[in-house]
Amino acid sequence: MSIKIVLPTAFTRHTDGKKQFDSTAANLPALLAEIDQAFPALATQIKDENGKLRKFINIYINDEDIRFLGGDSYAFQDGDEVMLIPSIAGGCL
Amino acid sequence: MRFFVWRGEPLMEYSCSAYELACNECGRRFGNRPLSGCPECLGPLEIAYDLESARGEFTRKSIESGPASIWRYARLLPVPEGYQPDLPVGFTPLVRASRLGKRIGADNLYVKNDAVCFPTLSFKDRVVAVALANARKFGFDTVGCSSTGNLANSVAAQAARLGIQACILVPADLEPAKILNTLVYGARLIRIDGNYDHVNRLCTLIADEYNWGFVNVNLRPYYAEGSKSVGYEIAEQLGWRLPDNVVVPMAGGSLIRKIRKAFQELVYLGLVDAPVRPVRFFGAQATGCSPITTAVKQGTDDIIPQRPNTIARSLAIGNPADGPAAAQMIRQDGGWAEDVSDVEIVSGMQELAETEGIFTETAGGVTTSVTARLYVHGRIAAHETTVAVITGNGLKTTDALVGRYDHLDARAVRPRLADFAEYLRSLEGDRKPAKHEPEFATAGD
Repeated sequence: MSIKIVLPTAFTRHTDGKKQFDSTAANLPALLAEIDQAFPALATQIKDENGKLRKFINIYINDEDIRFLGGDSYAFQDGDEVMLIPSIAGGCL
Repeated sequence: MRFFVWRGEPLMEYSCSAYELACNECGRRFGNRPLSGCPECLGPLEIAYDLESARGEFTRKSIESGPASIWRYARLLPVPEGYQPDLPVGFTPLVRASRLGKRIGADNLYVKNDAVCFPTLSFKDRVVAVALANARKFGFDTVGCSSTGNLANSVAAQAARLGIQACILVPADLEPAKILNTLVYGARLIRIDGNYDHVNRLCTLIADEYNWGFVNVNLRPYYAEGSKSVGYEIAEQLGWRLPDNVVVPMAGGSLIRKIRKAFQELVYLGLVDAPVRPVRFFGAQATGCSPITTAVKQGTDDIIPQRPNTIARSLAIGNPADGPAAAQMIRQDGGWAEDVSDVEIVSGMQELAETEGIFTETAGGVTTSVTARLYVHGRIAAHETTVAVITGNGLKTTDALVGRYDHLDARAVRPRLADFAEYLRSLEGDRKPAKHEPEFATAGD
């Protein structure tokens, strides 16, 4: 099984300029663990001090927000396109 | 002022002693440039002002001697030095809503009427005016937005005025009036097969690839500040005092936060007295898209995205960018959030029109119905000074009222007095007991 990970330009400085890469991760936690190994600087940027995905990151699976699909428990399907996109928000006051 | 390069294209970056971008999370500052989030920690960006330097310059007197538009507050808006605005945006009426108040049990209710905001009849004119001032400064020749309609209208109109190209993306099912009101300005409008959240995500990707200024993506920190003008105006129009409560419709959740920020700045600068009790903010959404009200009712700041299903399309954002912050501030200050059904939304539109002569769009129906409910449920006391914020004009969403008046007699009456009198008599004969006796029938006014 193979999935494609797509990244915005803002992340590419942590991936040697790569805007996409392939993975065999079974689900989101596994993908984040893989990013830990392959792109540690990117992992630092997208995860908080507790190792959880930052709240400003949205994950989309084939155009669908992963939260509609079960979040961490969603099992990636062969050919899935996984996009990591920072949300655009005003944040706390 | 200097240039920086983005994908080989030069863009302008400018420095300004009065304000600059700051990250809410890590605190880093970035001067002034097109950015959607913190490049370091991805946190949200806000405009930070040197409020101390504004003290003595941003006074009641200086404001009152300014133009009757948002530009009277330019000192506390991120407007580049030397920018000469020529559109009288904002400074819309704050009207006492006695007749609506009588119906819903409110003794001291006001309506902030952005249904008549210039130039495109919604509060989005405020944010776009500020965003495009910066788009020009940054050197963008094309601007765009993802929109549920009102923003599209405003970007198209104001870009035309400034001679900037506009490319606007909207959900394919947008109301026809809002599409027409965008196309007429010569903008390129692209209908996207998806809801607003799909459109917004696409715009984020486009802004990543094209050298365009998206008002609600890479110009968002500047754009959002334009909403503060609603708060400044409310305070000034109340005679330089703050209300007890504000009821605000919520889509992305930005407007409600910025009204609060405006109030805080006015208090800090001594233009209004600090309220004994914090101003309470009440958020209004349609039940068919209520991620923020749901969070508030559950006592959390975590927003669970929803798939919108409501006639209030201008509020139909299922994954609101500022939702967590909006939910947090509402709860922090003792406010609340409510949502109403589509039937209540239409009733709210009719109620506001029948009582105050204000024809609002569906979002205004949400605000009106939620306001009524807040009084009924005792969340707002009758005597408290409360402002309901009406953000758009009903002429844009007339489809919501289709069929509502079909029962009325549409007979054509011959142009003779006797026929007219006979017609009135026949109406009286047909008349059923009215829910609300029309006062104008006997008032003689």
